[in-house]
Parts: sequence; C-alpha cells; structure tokens
Amino acid sequence: MFKKILIANRGEIAVRVVRACRELGITSVAVYSDVDRASLHVRKADEAYHIGPAAAAESYLSISGILEAAQRCGADAIHPGYGFLSENAKFAQACAESGIKFIGPAASSIEMMGSKTRGRREMEKAGLPFVPGTSRGLESIEQAQQVAAKIGYPVMLKAAAGGGGMGMRLVHTREELKPALEAARSESQRAFGDSEVYLEKAIINPRHIEMQVLADEHGNSVYLGERECSIQRRHQKVLEESPSPIVDSDMRRRMGEIAVQVAKVARYSNAGTVEFLVDEQKNFYFLEMNTRLQVEHPVTELITGLDLVHLQIRIAAGEKLPFAQEGVLIRGHSIECRIYAEDPDNNYFPSPGKITLLQEPAGPGIRLDSGIYEGWTVPIDYDPLLAKLIGYGTSRTQAIARLSRALDEYFVGGIKTNLSLFQRILCDQDFQAGNVDTGFLDRLLKSKPAQPKNDNSEIAAIAAGLFAVLDSASAAASDGTPPPDGGNADSKGPSSSSWKQAAKGEALR
Amino acid sequence: MLYDITIDGKSYRLELGRAEGRWQCRLDGQEFPIDPVLTGHDTLSVLFAGKSYEIRRERTATDTYLWVGRSGYAAEVRDPRSLRARKRKAGDESGPRKLVASMPGKVVRVLVSEKAEVEAGQGIVVVEAMKMQNEIKSPKKGIVQKLIAAEGANVSAGDVLAIVE
Repeated sequence: MFKKILIANRGEIAVRVVRACRELGITSVAVYSDVDRASLHVRKADEAYHIGPAAAAESYLSISGILEAAQRCGADAIHPGYGFLSENAKFAQACAESGIKFIGPAASSIEMMGSKTRGRREMEKAGLPFVPGTSRGLESIEQAQQVAAKIGYPVMLKAAAGGGGMGMRLVHTREELKPALEAARSESQRAFGDSEVYLEKAIINPRHIEMQVLADEHGNSVYLGERECSIQRRHQKVLEESPSPIVDSDMRRRMGEIAVQVAKVARYSNAGTVEFLVDEQKNFYFLEMNTRLQVEHPVTELITGLDLVHLQIRIAAGEKLPFAQEGVLIRGHSIECRIYAEDPDNNYFPSPGKITLLQEPAGPGIRLDSGIYEGWTVPIDYDPLLAKLIGYGTSRTQAIARLSRALDEYFVGGIKTNLSLFQRILCDQDFQAGNVDTGFLDRLLKSKPAQPKNDNSEIAAIAAGLFAVLDSASAAASDGTPPPDGGNADSKGPSSSSWKQAAKGEALR
Repeated sequence: MLYDITIDGKSYRLELGRAEGRWQCRLDGQEFPIDPVLTGHDTLSVLFAGKSYEIRRERTATDTYLWVGRSGYAAEVRDPRSLRARKRKAGDESGPRKLVASMPGKVVRVLVSEKAEVEAGQGIVVVEAMKMQNEIKSPKKGIVQKLIAAEGANVSAGDVLAIVE
C-alpha cells in the first residue's frame, strides 16, 4: 500500500481524497496556488505545497510543477481528482516515467477514450451500440451533407476533443449545416486546440444515463449501477441520482454488461464511467467514456455501500477487486445536488466572494461533501462548484424528502448560490414522477417559479431592528461605553447574554 | 430605540426597548410580544405567538438581506435621529448613481467612453469571474460622468466601476 499520496486538485474533491487517505492510514499531500493558501483542502491535508500562481495553467495544470512537488515530498502516488489533469494522458505517462503511481487508468486507455472519434471507432470495431454518425472527423462539408442525409436530420456536430458542450451544434436542416460546421470547428480549435468535428444523429431530449465501472489491473471488471444525469444546464450536470427511475434490473444488466465490454476494449483499470444517451423507447447508445472519478460518484457509493476512492487507491496499489459482479447489491435511492456559487437572479452567473455565514445541514440520510467554510473567500479563478449535498433514503420519495429538509437547513450567506433551484426541482411534478430528460431544466427555468413566500415581512422588520440594537450593544460593550438602550447596567445586557447563548448553543449541538 | 425600517420597499417604524429583562417591541404602533436571542453573529432566534423563527442576516458589499425560512427580504435600517441617515435619504433621489461591482472579478471590456449618453439598462462594462462574463448595466438614463474601471483591472465586490449622472 502507498505511504503518501499527493492530491493534484483543489476544492471539495481534494478534501474527499484527503479523507479517504486518512481512513486508510496514508499521508495526504495537498498542493495549492497563490489564491488557495487558505482553502479547505490545504487545511485538511497532512502536508501542503505551493505550486504556482492562480492561473490553473501554471499551477493545477502544470505537469512539471506537480511532479516536482510529488518528488520533493516523497509521494509514491498521485490522485488527480476530476477536471484539471485527471484525463490527461501525458500526465499519466509522465507519472509512470517518474516512478510515481497515477491513481487511474493507463495513459493508453485515457488516450483512446480522450478522442471521441477514436472511442467511436473502437466501439464500431467491437460491435457495440453507439449513436449513428461518423466515427472519424469530417473532411468536408459535402461529406457532412451526405452523412446527414443518410441518417436524417436533426444531427449534432461535436468536437472530437470536446466536453462541457463546447464545439457542439444542433443542426435541423441542410442549409444550417455549413455555417454550423464552421462555427463548431473554430470553437473547438479555440477551446481544445483541435478543430476535428464529427457528426451524429441528434436524439432530441434524450436521457443521459451513465454506468459506473470498476476494473482492477488483473483483468477483473464490474459495473456498479447507473446514474441518471439528465438534469443539466448548458450541458453541465446539476442534479444526479441513482438508480434511474426508468432503469429496471434487466436494462441495468444490459447496460452494465456493455459498459464492462467498453472497459475491456479500452484495457481499462481503476474507476471509470461509460455514458449513454437513452431515447424515449429506452434504446441506449454509447456516448463516451470518462476515464476518472466523477463528481457524482457519491450517489453510487450510497446505494452500493462501497467507497470508490478507497477502491481506486487499492486497485492502483495492485490489489484485486475484493468482490465479483454478484457481490454488488443496490439498495435504496440517492440524489445529489451540485451547489454552485452562481446567482439564480442573474442567469446563473458565477458569484465568487466571501462567505459571511454558513450553516450546514446534517441528520439522517444526509451527506455533505464540501470545500468551503465560513469566512473563506471563494476565488474567482476556478470552477464555481462549492459542495455536493447528497440525500439517501430507502425509497426515492424518502430521499427527496430528506434532501428537501436538508436544503432548508443549508444556508450560505455573502455569495449567491443555486440552493433555491433545488427546491424548485424537487417540488416539480415531472421530477417527482421521474419524467426527466436533458431538456427538463431549461423548461423548468422558463416557467415562473412558484413563490411559497409566507409573508414574514413583519418578523423581518423586527429582526432588522433587533440586529441593529444587538450590534451596537456589542460594539458598545467592547468600547466600554454603556449600551444604548437606556443604560441598563445589569450584566445580563443584550451583548453578554447573546454571547453566552451562542456559546451554549455551540455546546449543545 | 426608534428605527425606520424598509423591508422589500415597504416602510415600517419600529420601537424597541428593554425593561426588567424583557423586550418591548412596537411595529407601526402595534405591540409584538417577542422573545429574541442572538444565536450567532448573523443569526437570531425569535419566539413570537408560540412560533419559533430562525432568522439569518446576509450582508453583501452593497445590501443587507434578512432570511426568514426560505424567504429573503431586502432590509434597510435607519435611525431617524442620525444625521447620516437623513443625508443618505436626501441623496437617494436623482443625481449621480454609482455602478458597483456586485462580485469580485476582472474587467475584460469597457463598452462606453466617458461623457457618453447611456440608456437605463445599457451595458457599461463587462466583468469576468470563473470564466463567465457579466455585463454591468447602467442603473439610469444619463451621461457617464466618470469611468473608474479600466480594462484588465481586478475589482472587488462593492468597488465603484463608473458614475452615471
């Protein structure tokens, strides 16, 4: 087993991996940029090293900087988390060459799945179902027109190196194809430094369902059930759940077996995810494989009882999978909300800044994977994901009720967050019935939010005054001047009693 | 203590006092027997008519909000006897208006020049944070008196970007 693991990431996922290391008795090492010195992952880790300026390209994406830190502290493995260098084949290769174990698949597997067209060609070779279209980059507009005519409009243009909706265009008619192809190519060139674009049949309002797989380095692989990820905005996932409301055990087995075949084709090891598009008739098509731990891995952990990060570390250390497919049991239901620093009243624009007040939920069936704390300033330089709130229940209804209760307990003050969005989703009738597809969230946001505003404005007005009195009282107490409310010299003045009350409250929690 | 309070645009007059360890509270002349306890620097527990309310205060660079359960209220508190409050009230009407950055970020584009005429809602500067761009719009129709934001500058929440009169 490893003695020391360096975590080449930040935020909640770095904290998540630190926790797994602590549980396994492994020393954890954080790395941080100029603006992350005070970040939670640095505070939680056993060791921490500075790796560069705020710009990710010079810190969290710097292969040489991270390897240097790993060598300096004597780490024997690196966990890449998700994002940043997690799906960078060059990084995996560089780790191998430096004698440091990359906790993830081999560079060759990452490379195969990193190009969507290459992945599609491999699926074609292995006879696995993928969305009809080209499995190579488009050479000309004429070729694009031919293929589109054959498979029928609408079609989707996609960047081979793509992700997160960049370099994607939906095309309804032959006339739209040429300008869309040019736009997709130039956007892809700008975003990924690669203008290769391919074409596939557009499945309108599909579901996005993915299958978690796990493979060891001895040829054993299993699937751990699906995750329903159809609730997306701008092609970014917002809420995920497992199991999917439409997948029964037969469909799960069929999808799972294909996912395991995909992993075998890619000679895959460690944790990975095979993404599928599912149409209204429940036909499913291979979309791509993500060669890393996913943001939404906790929902799978809760319904299987497994710890995916522990398993990742054990597999990377050369251990065999401790169970076979028959040993994987799915129990209950789990839903995850991605809490982002973004402003619901301003088109979900990112909202970094100082967190002035933080109250976190707890209680039955609630898990919170968070990367923030009160008093911390969310930097402007990175992804706005703050935390993941995950609810678990014996049924989907119970999981929803627990999440809804926990969302009421959760308060983040000083910055804007999308917390209110989740109450809207959880209350929605279509969501409660399990009728979701990738168009669900856009439709929900177009509808007017139901305002369950109990009129508490009188209480709010009284509270505003109370805060003003209590503020000036505590300011006065620290000045040594008498409180402003008529010089009530009684030692039980508002300021001292409130401090005592606060202390009592803390102790009782 | 006497306060003029505005909640979501509606004005209230609040009298608060303490006698014999109890709070006395009158809102617009009506008696409210309340039992409040400050439970944290920005949290308050209020018992009123048998109900328990948890109130959270959120102070941003520009505004204060009070949250009662899931509902948020924009709050303003003025002590009617203080000179500053009277001054602020006088300045609230027409006259120059500041464009304030609501969040930290980097100014990536300035869309108008000084002395330009702008419409209410017209974009003045573009601020980028977390790889997203946000247009900061003019709060009123008028003339751009002063442009403080320069392209490439880092700004903090509450920084004045421009003044429109």
